[in-house]
Amino acid sequence: MIVADSECRAELKDYLRFAPGGVGDSGPGEEQRESRARRGPRGPSAFIPVEEVLREGAESLEQHLGLEALMSSGRVDNLAVVMGLHPDYFTSFWRLHYLLLHTDGPLASSWRHYIAIMVSLSGPDTWRGGFVAAARHQCSYLVGSHMAEFLQTGGDPEWLLGLHRAPEKLRKLSEINKLLAHRPWLITKEHIQALLKTGEHTWSLAELIQALVLLTHCHSLSSFVFGCGILPEGDADGSPAPQAPTPPSEQSSPPSRDPLNNSGGFESARDVEALMERMQQLQESLLRDEGTSQEEMESRFELEKSESLLVTPSADILEPSPHPDMLCFVEDPTFGYEDFTRRGAQAPPTFRAQDYTWEDHGYSLIQRLYPEGGQLLDEKFQAAYSLTYNTIAMHSGVDTSVLRRAIWNYIHCVFGIRYDDYDYGEVNQLLERNLKVYIKTVACYPEKTTRRMYNLFWRHFRHSEKVHVNLLLLEARMQAALLYALRAITRYMT
Amino acid sequence: MGKKRTTSGEGRERQRLPARRFRTTSPAALRADSVDGGSLLAPLLGLTDRAFSDCPDLADGAMEKMSRVTTALGGSVLTGRTMHCHLDAPANAISVCRDAAQVVVAGRSIFKIYAIEEEQFVEKLNLRVGRKPSLNLSCADVVWHQMDENLLATAATNGVVVTWNLGRPSRNKQDQLFTEHKRTVNKVCFHPTEAHVLLSGSQDGFMKCFDLRRKDSVSTFSGEATEAGPREWAMAGCVPILPVLSCRILRLHHSFAHGPMQDAESTANDARESWGCPLYPLGLCSGPQAGQSESVRDVQFSIRDYFTFASTFENGNVQLWDIRRPDRCERMFTAHNGPVFCCDWHPEDRGWLATGGRDKMVKVWDMTTHRAKEMHCVQTIASVARVKWRPECRHHLATCSMMVDHNIYVWDVRRPFVPAAMFEEHRDVTTGIAWRHPHDPSFLLSGSKDSSLCQHLFRDASQPVERANPEGLCYGLFGDLAFAAKESLVAAESGRKPYTGDRRHPIFFKRKLDPAEPFAGLASSALSVFETEPGGGGMRWFVDTAERYALAGRPLAELCDHNAKVARELGRNQVAQTWTMLRIIYCSPGLVPTANLNHSVGKGGSCGLPLMNSFNLKDMAPGLGSETRLDRSKGDARSDTVLLDSSATLITNEDNEETEGSDVPADYLLGDVEGEEDELYLLDPEHAHPEDPECVLPQEAFPLRHEIVDTPPGPEHLQDKADSPHVSGSEADVASLAPVDSSFSLLSVSHALYDSRLPPDFFGVLVRDMLHFYAEQGDVQMAVSVLIVLGERVRKDIDEQTQEHWYTSYIDLLQRFRLWNVSNEVVKLSTSRAVSCLNQASTTLHVNCSHCKRPMSSRGWVCDRCHRCASMCAVCHHVVKGLFVWCQGCSHGGHLQHIMKWLEGSSHCPAGCGHLCEYS
Repeated sequence: MIVADSECRAELKDYLRFAPGGVGDSGPGEEQRESRARRGPRGPSAFIPVEEVLREGAESLEQHLGLEALMSSGRVDNLAVVMGLHPDYFTSFWRLHYLLLHTDGPLASSWRHYIAIMVSLSGPDTWRGGFVAAARHQCSYLVGSHMAEFLQTGGDPEWLLGLHRAPEKLRKLSEINKLLAHRPWLITKEHIQALLKTGEHTWSLAELIQALVLLTHCHSLSSFVFGCGILPEGDADGSPAPQAPTPPSEQSSPPSRDPLNNSGGFESARDVEALMERMQQLQESLLRDEGTSQEEMESRFELEKSESLLVTPSADILEPSPHPDMLCFVEDPTFGYEDFTRRGAQAPPTFRAQDYTWEDHGYSLIQRLYPEGGQLLDEKFQAAYSLTYNTIAMHSGVDTSVLRRAIWNYIHCVFGIRYDDYDYGEVNQLLERNLKVYIKTVACYPEKTTRRMYNLFWRHFRHSEKVHVNLLLLEARMQAALLYALRAITRYMT
Repeated sequence: MGKKRTTSGEGRERQRLPARRFRTTSPAALRADSVDGGSLLAPLLGLTDRAFSDCPDLADGAMEKMSRVTTALGGSVLTGRTMHCHLDAPANAISVCRDAAQVVVAGRSIFKIYAIEEEQFVEKLNLRVGRKPSLNLSCADVVWHQMDENLLATAATNGVVVTWNLGRPSRNKQDQLFTEHKRTVNKVCFHPTEAHVLLSGSQDGFMKCFDLRRKDSVSTFSGEATEAGPREWAMAGCVPILPVLSCRILRLHHSFAHGPMQDAESTANDARESWGCPLYPLGLCSGPQAGQSESVRDVQFSIRDYFTFASTFENGNVQLWDIRRPDRCERMFTAHNGPVFCCDWHPEDRGWLATGGRDKMVKVWDMTTHRAKEMHCVQTIASVARVKWRPECRHHLATCSMMVDHNIYVWDVRRPFVPAAMFEEHRDVTTGIAWRHPHDPSFLLSGSKDSSLCQHLFRDASQPVERANPEGLCYGLFGDLAFAAKESLVAAESGRKPYTGDRRHPIFFKRKLDPAEPFAGLASSALSVFETEPGGGGMRWFVDTAERYALAGRPLAELCDHNAKVARELGRNQVAQTWTMLRIIYCSPGLVPTANLNHSVGKGGSCGLPLMNSFNLKDMAPGLGSETRLDRSKGDARSDTVLLDSSATLITNEDNEETEGSDVPADYLLGDVEGEEDELYLLDPEHAHPEDPECVLPQEAFPLRHEIVDTPPGPEHLQDKADSPHVSGSEADVASLAPVDSSFSLLSVSHALYDSRLPPDFFGVLVRDMLHFYAEQGDVQMAVSVLIVLGERVRKDIDEQTQEHWYTSYIDLLQRFRLWNVSNEVVKLSTSRAVSCLNQASTTLHVNCSHCKRPMSSRGWVCDRCHRCASMCAVCHHVVKGLFVWCQGCSHGGHLQHIMKWLEGSSHCPAGCGHLCEYS
């Protein structure tokens, strides 16, 4: 049994002490807060002022995640604090997370953590314990915690020296890990075949499914970690926090760009109004002129796809050099996201969402091979997709479904998944360019996310709404990768 | 959004009372409705050309019309064979023309009509024309009108509904385009008797009814209307009787109520006349948001009820609608856990609806009753994508699945476990099935993702029933044996004498009645139960032994003695003797309390169990011989040799008692002591004829001395023997010649013999064989117990896998007898890794909060919901975080120690509830 309650409360109090203003919204308070936020990352996120998190998340923390998250980890980690801003979603997220890593399943516990390490290292995500993660997603935040767990569950410390020390069977996973992380559309049934073909180091289908779900889960989680600038767990006494994820860009971000504090607030407030107006019009299907020919609709998707090429984060952003500690888990470190449609290149065929949907096909397959996982995944996707508070920035009572769908479909579009029944012109009308840059970056190159990007989009929106965007990102990305992987398995099976 | 994924599809139905006020199923009520506005409704809906407001028997008229249609179709005789043809692309849906001679196949990149000929499919028409394929042609569903051979409708993945008129002279047969749905249209359906009515169901949560003579929908049904509807009506200030009227009124009010929206409203083109819009509040409307409506997966017009159609939803609901009332559904119930992919009305039985869902079930509902009643449930192995009733077979339906499983099954719903027929032609999932003719049960058409179109003949179907093994056999917990077999088989058998079976389990034959089944002759089976004779031949000994054996925690000698005692008390003398032998073999004699010896031997012969020779002297002899030589060379030749041989034989004898009794060892011993035959003795094992050493030593030479029987075996006596390095011939003689029921004879000898410092290793082989012997006898309990007790001493002699096998068998047995504690002890004591990790798995214990009765998901002592500490100790009033013990009578409890202490002094519950608690 875990007796971590008091510890957690103390930690919370620690945060709260740090936020004297509490709920106050007065000017000086904000300034203080802001300066503090910039002085050094403290609190759960580098992007979000700690008071913000606590103000909005405090109750939910106490009620929901305090208990659930504590259950396994013994403390509320920063990830949980930030995600706890949306307790409804967090509950289902946590259930799946727990199932994947801690409940009985086809894979041994230590293996699961090792896979998580591989992922986090091989993907775009992590920094913890003072080392910059630099593997696939380079997420040291996740790596640190999984390393500890790995050893705790009886993993062989040798393996941590690098992928080459791990058993052959695990090493075979690295190819598909790489693809899932960056270009899931390249996964073919041959990859599945290679893993499943009988031999010495064969995966069983059940094991593979769990591994795949785990892989995609961790990949998308690293998107979230970077997207929200989750800080590594510091000590309670505020010892020098490990290197912030975004040092270079932070300086470059002018203070006036900070949200909620923006002197150009009027302008952006107008943006919000305009956005809402467009949403409303779309909802009434006024903008959907009947004249739009099918060809036009067709080209809009292509346009969106190719336009996403342009919203690549600028190249001048310092590329963090991979940390050697993590590189040992990565094979082919130069492999990265490549745009689905590159000019000149022969694009792989577009994935038609209607031909392989999660609800019909993906779920049915997973349900067969990994029943508990299928159920929880389904609930999690549902929770994320339908999560809404009917608010936009300062307005409430708004039906945001159009906006949410635009974000979701845009992410899928970036991964080459097309919905026949969606007019991709809506994406252009609803998502401003900064938001697109942010989404594209977090989904495809999470390690390049900067605080500046975070601040630039939706300047008048609340932080919790930005976190909401990140949740959509997480889930849409996971679903996209999972769909590609499951489709490959289906093809293998038929 | 209403009920999401309610976990059981028990048909929890939400009946709307107000709705029922307006609508009952009787024709009389229908007339009452139509009096109000029938004349207005009829042309608008285009339901019929007749003025049905005046028609007193409207429903009957419709039925009459329908029956005429069906009989008209019934005339021709179909012929054909099982065949398939390759399509260019995967199919998504198929539909058959009413003449049963053509089939249309639609998919993302295919839309063709094939003629079904005797021997093959012939492509007749490609409807996919135009240079650049439009998304309008990417079909999710297709349907052919059952009245009009020229009329087709498709549902496109981009949300467009298209109708096709084959009668058009041009190459492009496209007739009308409805672009009212915002998302993929999953299903289109023509009214079975009306020529112009088309219904569509879409992912956006709306169903729309189109009159093909108009260019937009006549009415819109929202999956969410049941939620949003009533409030909207209240806002509009009137409860309309008919949708046509209500729509007008509502639109007016809507515009007034939201001034700023007026412009937007007025710019709406005519398409906005769809009635669903006002029901569905826009984002900016104040007031609570209507939840997002659930995607519609299937819509089907009832075949028997003119105005009724059913729709199924992604959240597991099924709704029943009256086509004239778009404001709210007639009834709604949760049919499945997860999306309901399909439904089909029974062609003959009014009100029977079959639904299939992602939860792998097909359910048949009876809609005629007050509440939808689940009549049948068929469990398939994969999500059910389509379901179609088989014509002319009241209880048959065909299904195909969404994923993984490529076969088409035809089920008899009354026999939900084995499909009646199975078609295995497709190599990828089947996406569309259709019976070729509404009155011919033998032709089934199917389209598949593997790009093929098939015609299946029922007579060519494989019948899983034939392959199924119709016999079942199962042992009950107490040794009862149930046996089910085809009745014919049993009937043939019954002439003979009932099978008597294992003689340890006397049985009698008992016929139980055959549950009334509709499959008389085909699937009826007889169940026979053989019961063990009460009290006789039970497994009592097993349970007792398991509970009383001591396996660890004491010196080996004590364990052996204890277990021997247990075995003897249960009348298992052979086992008892084995334990004793083990003690003798493995315990240094100096440490053994000799007092125990005198009662440690029982003769196996008296226990009456069937015995077997697991090994015989033949096998042992060579080994003994070599040992003997070894010993001899060391120098203490004579006595050692003797001792060795006799102890060896002793052991042999132990498993061999029944044959010769105790005479043999005595012979050896005495013969040896008396000298002379020494060489013979040594040669004997070595040389040619070890077969039967008994005959070498004539038994007659040593008359039995029965008087010894009565000699009280004093400890001193034995001690003497133990101390003397040489056993005197007479003493040995006395001991070993004791008759069968002597209690100490053999043992005293062997004990004496043991003095010779033989390494216990020497017996390893024998013990191993002994364990194998018991295990093969079926007494795995003995094998495991010995294994545990002896531990390191024998483990190395037995290979890991065998050990593991024994352990798991024993643990399995223990768990069947619910001896959890013993089984856990065994798991703990086992040294095999695979076994000892057995109790590491599933160690979670779920508890419910004692206040709110909800499961406590996070920690065992604080409830997340009521935020109270659930498990308080009734004695010290602190939270219990460790072992919590509670009374099952009054459910009070607390710390284990506290409660134990309390109940020592008092028998009442410490909480003061007055319950007399008992701690056991």
